[in-house]
Amino acid sequence: MPKITMREAISQALMEEMDRDPAVFIMGEEVGVWGGTYAVTKGFYDKYGPDRVKDTPIAENVILGGAIGAAMVGQRPVAELMTINFAFSAMDYIVNQAAKLRYMFGGQFTLPLVIRAVGGGGRQLGATHSQTPDAIFAHFPGLKVVSPGTPEDAKGLLKSAIRSNDPILFIEHATMYQVRGDVPEGEYLIPIGKSKVQREGSDLTIVTYCKGLELSMKAAEQLSKEGIEAEIVDLRTLRPLDMEPVLESFKKTNRAIVVEEGWKSYGVGSEIVSRIYEEAFDYVDAPILRVAQKEVPLPYNRTLEQAALPQVPDIIAAAKEVLR
Amino acid sequence: MAETINMPKLGFDMAEGMLVRWVKQVGENINKGDVLAEIETDKATVEVESPASGVVLQHIVEQGTIVPVNAPIAVVGAAGEVISDQSPAISEKRADEKPLPTPPAPAPVSQAVSSPEPSSIVHGPSSMIKASPLARKIARENNLDLSRIQGTGPGGRVVRKDVEAALSSNQMSKVEGRPSPAYSSRITSYEDETVQLTKLRQAIARRMTESKTSVPHFYVTHEYKMDAVMALRKQINEYLPENEKLSVNDFIVKAAALTLRQFPNLNASFAGDKVIRHGAVNVGVAVAVENGLLTIAHKDTDQKPLRQISNEVKAMVARAREGKVKPDDIEGSTFSISNLGMYDVENFIAIVNPPEAAILAVGSAREVPVVENGEIKIGWRMKATISVDHRVSDGAEAAQFMQALAGFLENPVRMLV
Repeated sequence: MPKITMREAISQALMEEMDRDPAVFIMGEEVGVWGGTYAVTKGFYDKYGPDRVKDTPIAENVILGGAIGAAMVGQRPVAELMTINFAFSAMDYIVNQAAKLRYMFGGQFTLPLVIRAVGGGGRQLGATHSQTPDAIFAHFPGLKVVSPGTPEDAKGLLKSAIRSNDPILFIEHATMYQVRGDVPEGEYLIPIGKSKVQREGSDLTIVTYCKGLELSMKAAEQLSKEGIEAEIVDLRTLRPLDMEPVLESFKKTNRAIVVEEGWKSYGVGSEIVSRIYEEAFDYVDAPILRVAQKEVPLPYNRTLEQAALPQVPDIIAAAKEVLR
Repeated sequence: MAETINMPKLGFDMAEGMLVRWVKQVGENINKGDVLAEIETDKATVEVESPASGVVLQHIVEQGTIVPVNAPIAVVGAAGEVISDQSPAISEKRADEKPLPTPPAPAPVSQAVSSPEPSSIVHGPSSMIKASPLARKIARENNLDLSRIQGTGPGGRVVRKDVEAALSSNQMSKVEGRPSPAYSSRITSYEDETVQLTKLRQAIARRMTESKTSVPHFYVTHEYKMDAVMALRKQINEYLPENEKLSVNDFIVKAAALTLRQFPNLNASFAGDKVIRHGAVNVGVAVAVENGLLTIAHKDTDQKPLRQISNEVKAMVARAREGKVKPDDIEGSTFSISNLGMYDVENFIAIVNPPEAAILAVGSAREVPVVENGEIKIGWRMKATISVDHRVSDGAEAAQFMQALAGFLENPVRMLV
């Protein structure tokens, strides 16, 4: 299998779907002539033209409002948010319109909408441009939230998202576009709403996704040198949440940590831990711990920013703590 | 009028106790003398009786809390009675909670989470045992008593591997029996085991170290002719029901008590610049319990008949073994007896049980060849060694005591009249 970057994988998915279905089009800030802030849509404008690769005003409510309208009349828009932090400007469109229209119109409309958004910290973009608010969006029924951690998953999941008739928030991590990974050649799809064991182990379960996967894999390698074998379950989709592989793994290891980049309070980890206690209480052998971002607005200063974000040593420490 | 119930002081060196379990819940009716709660001291788990009748209005502390002596633990009053803010219970608690500028105020310290004590010494319901849900499930499925399993998790929590270890050791002994002793080419390596000290064990360690390092001991051994006691005991026991039969130790307890009445200096405590000679003769009897030993305190032993002594000691020993001693059972002894006779022990030496001045270590009564009037005969003999605090008494006095004791043991009828 060829090793390609996350950027190439996402780009391939978009191109393949646009080639396959003329209803698929892209709209967002700087996605056209400029080729995308993260260069994901480089060359798309020349290939597909301004009708299918639309540069928009710097107005997220316009991007989302336009995309929702297009989706309601049969188009399959892929709306890009330069960062997920700008989703707050379009919050009403995302949670009150996109997430609810199909339900409120009794199924007369479907909403084949993909919102691609770049999230995460670590690039010194300051407190307002570095957030990981995934859990906020995963809170709303009616909106699917996908956030891949490998190029293979990114490509397969994005293709499935574009083909889905439901609104999907597709969150990519700002520091992972250069991450390389094996990606199968040719056409393939990965179903939305399926968690995956990315590494097998017997001593503890690490539940994570997106950037957390990258960090957890590194932590697992180091733990392995000390004789601790971590099993890593990658959620890949936050809603609908697939707990089966998590519970299966936990019933084997009886000990777990959850790693996420967002803040700990009311976060993804809180949800996972609750589900484990609810659905596998009799298999709990130690308190389940969460590794997450420190409870501060993310600092701009590089040292402070890195200190506030969850890091590999934090994961190792938490793993050892639950194994005490 | 609501009455506040405080953490009782159950021993001269008791500073705090853990409230292990509320027996009566808030809202329940309670009569004076009913057991309100169980508390755990250094020595044992004991029951706290309510000094008042009424309804339990309030638990001031939660289960698992370490409470200083005399701090309020509960309020009992009339049904529906509203506890006023002026109630001593409440105001005292508030006072404790106030952040004081001066360091350590003896506020109740909740150790429910961080307590280093292992769960195995808690005699409360299984909910008091720290164990993971998984450990509980495995124990339940295999009919294992969690309280008997030593937890190795944080804070002594019983976790899966502890239960599995207990399970495999059980199964090994059931299935495989003893390993074949000879011709085995394989050597099993047994790993070191770290055992957390129970509170009782810690108390024993502390008090015995204190005694052996600060009390100058000397020892006097005497051999007693036990033929008469053995014969009298047999004779008396023919008239007693099975559960009231006298033991050899009952005779020794009674004999020691009578002898102590004659030797007030050995029924005493050293107190710096003076010696306190206790008025009452309360004979302590060392009882082996799980993970250690307790000394039960029989009261006014010299003034009670043998049969009563025997029955009272039996009852206290039973409570000690069940971990249900009453405060009164273990406090106030003025002299102790440790008897290892049932283990076929010829003689041994005990450590003085502070603040007492002496302890008598008793070996087995056994049939041995003896020389009497130039002839070798078979006779019952028993050795005993007294350990004495040399600050209080000297060898000659101890020797005289041992001789006087012989006067009762060798003519046991004297104990009956």
